[in-house]
Amino acid sequence: MNLHEYQSKQIFLESGIPVLDGGIAVSPDEAFEIAKNLSTNTWVVKAQVHAGGRGKVGGVKITKDIDEVKDLAENMLGTRLITKQTDINGLPINHVYIEAGTEIIAEYYFSLVIDRAKETWTFIVSSEGGMDIEAVADDTPEKIIRYSIDPSKGLCNDSLRSLAEKLNFMNHLSDEFIDFAKKVFELAKKTDANLIEVNPLIIDGDNHLVALDSKIAIEDNALFRQPELYELRDPEQENKLEEKASNNDLSYVSLDGNIACMVNGAGLAMATMDLIKIHGGSPANFLDVGGGATTERVTAAFEIILENPNVKAILVNIFGGIVRCDVIADGIINAVKSSNITIPIIVRLEGTNVENGKLKLEESGLKIISANDLTDAAVKVVASAGV
Amino acid sequence: MSVLINSSSKILCQGITGSQGTFHTQQCIEYGSSVVAGVTPGRGGQNHLDVPVFNSVKEAKENLEIDVSMIFVPAKFASEAIMAAIDAEIGLIVCITEGIPVQDMIAVKAKIKDSNSKLIGPNCPGIITPDESKIGIMPGFIHKKGTVGIISRSGTLTYEAVHQTTHYGMGQSTCIGIGGDPIKGLNFIDCLELFEADPDTKGIVMVGEIGGSDEEKAAIFIKDNISKPVVAYIAGVSAPPGKRMGHAGAIVTGKEGTASAKYEALNEAGVHTVESLALIGEKMHSVLK
Repeated sequence: MNLHEYQSKQIFLESGIPVLDGGIAVSPDEAFEIAKNLSTNTWVVKAQVHAGGRGKVGGVKITKDIDEVKDLAENMLGTRLITKQTDINGLPINHVYIEAGTEIIAEYYFSLVIDRAKETWTFIVSSEGGMDIEAVADDTPEKIIRYSIDPSKGLCNDSLRSLAEKLNFMNHLSDEFIDFAKKVFELAKKTDANLIEVNPLIIDGDNHLVALDSKIAIEDNALFRQPELYELRDPEQENKLEEKASNNDLSYVSLDGNIACMVNGAGLAMATMDLIKIHGGSPANFLDVGGGATTERVTAAFEIILENPNVKAILVNIFGGIVRCDVIADGIINAVKSSNITIPIIVRLEGTNVENGKLKLEESGLKIISANDLTDAAVKVVASAGV
Repeated sequence: MSVLINSSSKILCQGITGSQGTFHTQQCIEYGSSVVAGVTPGRGGQNHLDVPVFNSVKEAKENLEIDVSMIFVPAKFASEAIMAAIDAEIGLIVCITEGIPVQDMIAVKAKIKDSNSKLIGPNCPGIITPDESKIGIMPGFIHKKGTVGIISRSGTLTYEAVHQTTHYGMGQSTCIGIGGDPIKGLNFIDCLELFEADPDTKGIVMVGEIGGSDEEKAAIFIKDNISKPVVAYIAGVSAPPGKRMGHAGAIVTGKEGTASAKYEALNEAGVHTVESLALIGEKMHSVLK
């Protein structure tokens, strides 16, 4: 679960991590009121969306004219921001963050991430801060410095000091950096964050370290023990169908093809999309109905699939393990009857009681095309979609 | 022969009295697995599914010989359950539970490194040696005793690979579902090593998926250490690049993690790769002929 910049900065503030003064607004008037109360002569208006790369596409604007704050906020609010990290539809801007501007002496990249290869937390820092950090990682990987924390020893002061040295932080800046890193690590542990990114981390006009941006991502599996953070969830930033799916315990991702898939298991769902592609078709979605595949879930899955107007055919691919194929067949039959589906449905069943399941589908009188195996299913659904 | 488990493996189930634990332990017993005890805190002294229930793993271990612990404890308490099994010096720990917070797994991995325990999972279907012992949630009847070792990150894809190798008559020596979580116990390399040393395993199937770099690392390992034929399938060629929030993920993984990067590494290592899931069995059949 992602947090907005303004939410992350509030948490930073509470944790003693230095940020600039600012406030959140949902209207141009509110934006102006906040600007008036900031003791500064430069104001920054920042679109609040769950994506990076805002600066390059007009999501961050700076002004020295306080009256312009209103116009900038008005131009952003209610629109959608499309960045390199969003899909083609972009994300809605419902909030703008108004922040006091500051002089920037130097910019750095700073993040703490759960590193699956190292099986621990890794700090990633670079003197090349700002927006193009991925290009830096590609072109000049030596400028990216990492430190992985040994989980049995915890944070090591010497390692942090050496990171500070590599970034050329001297004297009080070195101390500030170590303090900053320690507080971020404590915060990550406390909030179950799998990412805390500060890009850029800056030295301001008074020669102090400040977090100019902040992104926090909380691990979904840990939300059960982070009820206060869960309250900060912004459903507006999530895809509507994906959200509906998630409320039904289904995992759904919308894609741009015309063959809908309904599969049990995430791996098999991906493999089914791959098969459709191999046979010349294009998947309209990823959908994992999970192990249960009950009538209720299958019905909900059909509803979600059919909300996508591009869908021309449906492939249901179920490997019945613990759940028997005849039970799954009943679920499919009931769901098809109640959903009034008119486009072709191809069903591939395998596993426990498969013959019985296939027989049920045949005898249902519904226009369900049964497939003999995986390849047969892919060939039939691609033909049905008219590709 | 087989790897990690056989008909004499003595199994303890942590979380045996829960609904998942009860259902799947029952299935394992029916398959022929030797389940000797269960653990549920506060339910010690009772009997459940005709085996004694203890309050702790330690207590069970003091009273009985135990080789394997199978864990069905809810995600909230699962890392503590794994730690308890490590403390009790259980040799093999199979954690089926999905949804364990990743920070909890960092702590588990740090602890298990200094122990003699091995962990399979979490978020996995478990491990099975056909006709001998089933420890997990896989449907037993699709398996057939045989010569192919299977290692997979995904549950249902394991079943597909099993089904196909059964269909072609080769059967399986042992199947290990290593699980899909970012931080887990045994990885591809650990399992490849075990199958290489097992005289009854003639060929190895590896089922991977996009994300992480375990398949790339396995490819390098196979090149230098594995003499048996390996057939590999990677799911997710058609998956679009995921939506993401910051840059750190991309910097950490770099170009690794895509299906094409994994296929490239595996092909370079001389692995027999298939682009269609449907061809795993056929490929292994032709390779072993």
